[in-house]
Amino acid sequence: MTLGLTETTRSWLPVEGPAIEVVGLSFRYHTTEERGRVWTLDHLSFHVDAGEILGIVGPNGSGKSSLLKVLSGLLPAGEGEVRLGGLSIGKRSQTDVARLVAVVPQEYTQVFPFTVAETVLMGRFPHRTVRWWSMGIGDETANDLAYAHQSMVDTDVLSLADRLVSDLSGGERQRVMIARALAQEPKILLLDEPTAFLDINHQIDICSLIARLRTERRLTVVLVSHDLNVASQYCDRVLMLKEGGLCRIGSPEEIIRPDVLRMLYGCDVVVDAHPQTGRPRVTMPMGTV
Amino acid sequence: MADLASSWAQTGAVLTIHRWAAVIGGLLLACVAVLVLCLQFGATSVGMGTVATAIAHLLRGQEAGSPSLGTSEIIMVQIRFPRVLMGFFVGASLAAVGVTLQALLRNPLADPYVLGVSSGSALGVSLAMLLGIGTTFMLLPVLPLFGFAGGLLALLVIYRLAQSKGRLPVHSLLLAGVILNAILTAFIMFITSIMEPNRSAGLMAWLMGSLTAPGYPALGIFLMYVVCVLAVLMHKARSLNVLTLGEETARSLGVNTEGTKKQLFALTALLTGAIVSVSGMIGFVGMVVPHAVRLLIGSDHRLLIPASALVGGMFLAVADAIARTIMAPAEIPVGIVTALAGGPFFLYLLLWRKDRML
Repeated sequence: MTLGLTETTRSWLPVEGPAIEVVGLSFRYHTTEERGRVWTLDHLSFHVDAGEILGIVGPNGSGKSSLLKVLSGLLPAGEGEVRLGGLSIGKRSQTDVARLVAVVPQEYTQVFPFTVAETVLMGRFPHRTVRWWSMGIGDETANDLAYAHQSMVDTDVLSLADRLVSDLSGGERQRVMIARALAQEPKILLLDEPTAFLDINHQIDICSLIARLRTERRLTVVLVSHDLNVASQYCDRVLMLKEGGLCRIGSPEEIIRPDVLRMLYGCDVVVDAHPQTGRPRVTMPMGTV
Repeated sequence: MADLASSWAQTGAVLTIHRWAAVIGGLLLACVAVLVLCLQFGATSVGMGTVATAIAHLLRGQEAGSPSLGTSEIIMVQIRFPRVLMGFFVGASLAAVGVTLQALLRNPLADPYVLGVSSGSALGVSLAMLLGIGTTFMLLPVLPLFGFAGGLLALLVIYRLAQSKGRLPVHSLLLAGVILNAILTAFIMFITSIMEPNRSAGLMAWLMGSLTAPGYPALGIFLMYVVCVLAVLMHKARSLNVLTLGEETARSLGVNTEGTKKQLFALTALLTGAIVSVSGMIGFVGMVVPHAVRLLIGSDHRLLIPASALVGGMFLAVADAIARTIMAPAEIPVGIVTALAGGPFFLYLLLWRKDRML
């Protein structure tokens, strides 16, 4: 660990090689009631290397969010399996998975007045030590506080520590949720639409934060995004989902192409090279009036 | 890292063991003071000296009614002491149940009566009153037993209605509770309408929420019950904190959400049944006290649950003292006092600390 702190996690992932392996994964909702129902996710097989940023793109209803939930163990695999560090997610305990994988949900609303520091500290839950006599009081150790502190430094929310989460702006709240996820000491970070509902300034902010954390913390990142430019600029590889099936997977240059996008979304788009990075850039064509 | 802990503690950003101990310690002292004060008020007001004699008498464990005691001491030991304590326990339970249900349902407007268990208890007691049952059975008054049985039945029905595929979705639970509440309330109304007028007046007063002096065995059983439920709630406090992030996030953090929900719903429902069966439907305590305490000390349930319980206990003890004295020798239902006192106080808090509001 680069933080100079005691690593409390018992979970282990290899530094090299695949962090996530998806083998013949199928999933559908309501398995018992509607036998003939189509698969939400249909025979997916791919892997995510340790330290990689994988972007998942696809039209509405193509199964992006469901895939993310199966990867985090929130939904059970129907057929096939998801392996984290070589071990099937079904064979790991909930706490074990929570020590490996952190999820940043698309939206976060808090109805109760919790402070930012309290919220980030909740990320230490999977590392709690269960002592029945303490009744859950004062459970947070100095190590827990240190991890929460470091996560807040890394996401630049330390100055907000005693503010209420409900008072924050959308961009600040997203940072707090990432800080909360980092406090879990995860090896894998899953984000669902991290830049949705954010203005351009905060979009850049969150994306470069994710890129920086990947390097600093050697995180494996999987993010779902509707924004093809986010996927193109910040992801090492892009996975395309179409109707629950794996359509394409590869580098942004291989995937973000007019012909592929027309096949996927059924519309024409303009793709040129980003003036700074040279990566594909997607813009809407001139409208027909 | 001690600096970090102390700097966050100073700004109140996180809960520390010192703040926990300070708040709970302060509240415990306040509770003792409030309870002793409340003992003085009633249909006959007594001085501190009598209160002290009676407490000393109880602590020595002597028989009430021994010749050494005067009339006012006997009133203290046999009636006012158990009643004040009962008020305290009921208030504490209402507030603890309220705070737990608010977190579980992620709804700050939830109160102990939202899930319909209370109506089940109330219907049980109404039936017993209609049938004219009112004696004791094995030292225990029969009415609370009826109330408890009614609450238990209602709980089973709600569970059966809301559960699907081994899971307990919060919205179906709320929906089932609201509907069952409406149906059971209709039955209670029907019972009051066919009762003799003087009896139905008694039932109405009870439904509005009123405390009576229980016997010591009943008080002891209720206390045991409250302590056990509170212990489990405290044990689950950190899971409750995480649950407020949303069920999926809580699961991704390793919380057994379904197990926690089922366990806590069942426990709070059982406690609600017990509360209603001894005191009727005392409103406002279960919703307003958690709110007020949350505004003052924050949302961390490790502190919020015990603090709400202590404040709820004090609040109801004081409200009951007012209900006993304001129209003495007559008593008014304590539910009226809690609503009249709690409402404006809550509004005051709301205006005073708007920024801490939801």
